[in-house]
Amino acid sequence: MEKHQFDVIVIGAGGAGLMAALYASKTANTAVISKLYPTRSHTGTAQGGVGAALGNEEEDHWEWHTFDSVKGSDYLGDQDAIEFMCYEAVQAVYELEHYGLPFSRTPEGKIAQRPFGGHTNNVTGKPVRRACYAADRTGHMILQTLYQQCLKNKVNFFDEFQVVDLLVVNGAVAGVVAIELGTSELHVFHAKSVILATGGHGRIWDITSNAYAYTGDGIAITMRHGIPMEDMEFFQFHPTGIYKLGILITEGVRGEGGVLINGKGERFMERYAPRVKDLASRDVISRAMYLEIKAGNGINGQNYLYLDVRPETVNKYAALDGRKRPDGSPYTMTGEEIIAKLPDIVDFARTYLGVDPVAQPMPVQPTAHYTMGGIPTNKFGEAVIDEKNTVMPGLYAAGEVACVSVHGANRLGTNSLLDLIVFGKHAGLRAAEFALGADFQPLPADPTEFTRAQFDLIRNAQGNEKILEVSGKMKTVMMDCVGMFRTGEGMQSALETVRELRERYKHIPLHDQGKIFNTEMINIWELGNLLEIAELTTICALARTESRGAHARDDYPKRDDVNWLKHTLSWVKPDGEIELGYKPVVITKYQPKERVY
Amino acid sequence: MEVTVKVFRFNPEIDKRPHYETYKLEAQPTDRVLDMLEYIKGYYDGTLSFRRSCAHGICGSDAMRINGRNYLACKALLKDLHTKKIIVEPILGLRVIKDLIVDMEQFFAHYRSVMPYFINDETPPPQERLQSIEERERFDDTTKCILCACCSSSCPSFWASDQYVGPAAIVAAHRFIFDSRDKAAADRLRILNDQFGVYRCHTIFNCTECCPREIEITQAIGEVKAAIVTGRLD
Repeated sequence: MEKHQFDVIVIGAGGAGLMAALYASKTANTAVISKLYPTRSHTGTAQGGVGAALGNEEEDHWEWHTFDSVKGSDYLGDQDAIEFMCYEAVQAVYELEHYGLPFSRTPEGKIAQRPFGGHTNNVTGKPVRRACYAADRTGHMILQTLYQQCLKNKVNFFDEFQVVDLLVVNGAVAGVVAIELGTSELHVFHAKSVILATGGHGRIWDITSNAYAYTGDGIAITMRHGIPMEDMEFFQFHPTGIYKLGILITEGVRGEGGVLINGKGERFMERYAPRVKDLASRDVISRAMYLEIKAGNGINGQNYLYLDVRPETVNKYAALDGRKRPDGSPYTMTGEEIIAKLPDIVDFARTYLGVDPVAQPMPVQPTAHYTMGGIPTNKFGEAVIDEKNTVMPGLYAAGEVACVSVHGANRLGTNSLLDLIVFGKHAGLRAAEFALGADFQPLPADPTEFTRAQFDLIRNAQGNEKILEVSGKMKTVMMDCVGMFRTGEGMQSALETVRELRERYKHIPLHDQGKIFNTEMINIWELGNLLEIAELTTICALARTESRGAHARDDYPKRDDVNWLKHTLSWVKPDGEIELGYKPVVITKYQPKERVY
Repeated sequence: MEVTVKVFRFNPEIDKRPHYETYKLEAQPTDRVLDMLEYIKGYYDGTLSFRRSCAHGICGSDAMRINGRNYLACKALLKDLHTKKIIVEPILGLRVIKDLIVDMEQFFAHYRSVMPYFINDETPPPQERLQSIEERERFDDTTKCILCACCSSSCPSFWASDQYVGPAAIVAAHRFIFDSRDKAAADRLRILNDQFGVYRCHTIFNCTECCPREIEITQAIGEVKAAIVTGRLD
């Protein structure tokens, strides 16, 4: 066992982790631990843009962005945190540009911006161009740029190290335990501050845009130490995943004028969101798609719809909508312009669907996309571990693993990349500041005891269960019963199934008993995390007897502000039981009202 | 349809030398080689080891040699391989650690050697630096790189000497050399004007042919060579 000591440890090397590392390393001795080589992180797959009211293309204000985010969250987001994020957004995007991020440009040479779902001019209610983009690979550019700046600033990296336990001593953080993937050796990282930036857990669901690596590791290792999770019932389904594969097709396609079409050839979003149509919030569109498919309006009666970005379609509906370019001329697109603005989408469609999106519509279905819930934090990235928002010394979280909450019950498109850079930065600053004024907690007498016991169980498991069968069953039951539409009955049966699967999980034998890149052992460990989070998600969802944002129940179809305008907190008790509590939503100036797009 | 997948296997804890294992499985024309490897690992042999993450050609984890050519396993669809016999091997020129996993350290060391980060020490304006659409377009192609190593590990010059920085590192340098906002082009050109720099490229085009991001790599290397010779960045 090797020991290391750093002031600040960052776990995860996506956008939030790298931003945190950049800032923490300015003053504190900082290291980043990542199970992937940093540029493999899932931030790189984000496509359409990062939201900030720069006003480069038309009038916009950070206050409009704030209201749109509050409304998008179905009033479950904390308004003080959303105000903070949207205000900070403008400087944060300029800062990325100063780091060299190659944004696409306007004719004046400024950062280019495009419309996105739920982003509006608050006076007219029409879509506003707020998503700052670099073609359709904005996340790739953010990830590359931040990693490059970390190299420039000589940040310490431990690549291909899987963090498997958080060390908590005297109610404060003492460090983490990690497995070096290449050797299976255990490493103890003694630290004053630990920043979790491990991303989400979309791999619970069958159809997902999420990477294999998205297994909820940060949540799993944290909740085992009695730290609560917030709003775990809220998980976003993105409207446009590639049929069957779930690969993301950016909302930017609709921002550039693409429309959703059903089996009857109708632009059905006109009926569900008369004002902004295909640019409504994601939960609204995904539900509309589900209802269309359920009503038999899928393409050829099947469970998919078309996303149509052929120039003739774009131009037809742009004319009907009276859409204009910034100079006032009618909005039109040519095939060349579509390819130039959405090159990766064109590539995905050609590769995985055999479809040329300039000539044919793309078959799409909603895809599990984003974790709104997670480790509760305040707006400085500090983990807050009870109803009174008590700060846990030394523990920080940022990005998708965290719940500030700025996304509430439904995240607005482009706010995930924004969340990463704003809260990654502040978590890094706070963690370093704390570390400089604090002493190391003593390490436990045997810091790897729990880890060794956990992995001994995996190594010595007896039985005939198969990892693909256990994970496959979890994914289908979660998709069917704890997906876009939920009922009490369905979720109860899902809960029973997931509990059975947790038993079956103990009987997955480990064939690879070696030490070098034992990916089978790590995959089994990751599946354990997913199963625990699937159970937690289902329990939180069962308890919430209303429909709000991404949490839509057939048996409770209305939002219920009287009883449910509150965040769920969920604790895993030492005996494995889950206890629920609630805390109020922070409201500054936007009183909840009906949500119409 | 039934396909035969022959996979390079090597576990230094057990094997004296590498060998191949052959697996037969049912596959759809739209299945990716990555799907087949997952199936083999899940149902035939849990010890089979490879890297993967995003599974749609963006993270760059799963570069492999498939039927003799470098691909990302998640972007190689059965129907595009035009055969039911598939051979999967680790990419060449880097030490094999286990099965399809190679040691990437040398590759990333070359990447780090070309100052692959934005340099401009002037105080930035309060808003964004301006850059015209044309200036931005000048280096667009090389911003797409995902560091998968398909290019460098397909390059005979890199196979001959792993001291050669390789196409991926030159692509990374190109992205900054031709960015109108960056101020360190001269330093990068000096680094690449070395016996293990750009002149090891003999325009064989293997890199360009297999790049999963369709970057015109040989052209980018040519532009860097021209910039060294002429001292001009146009």
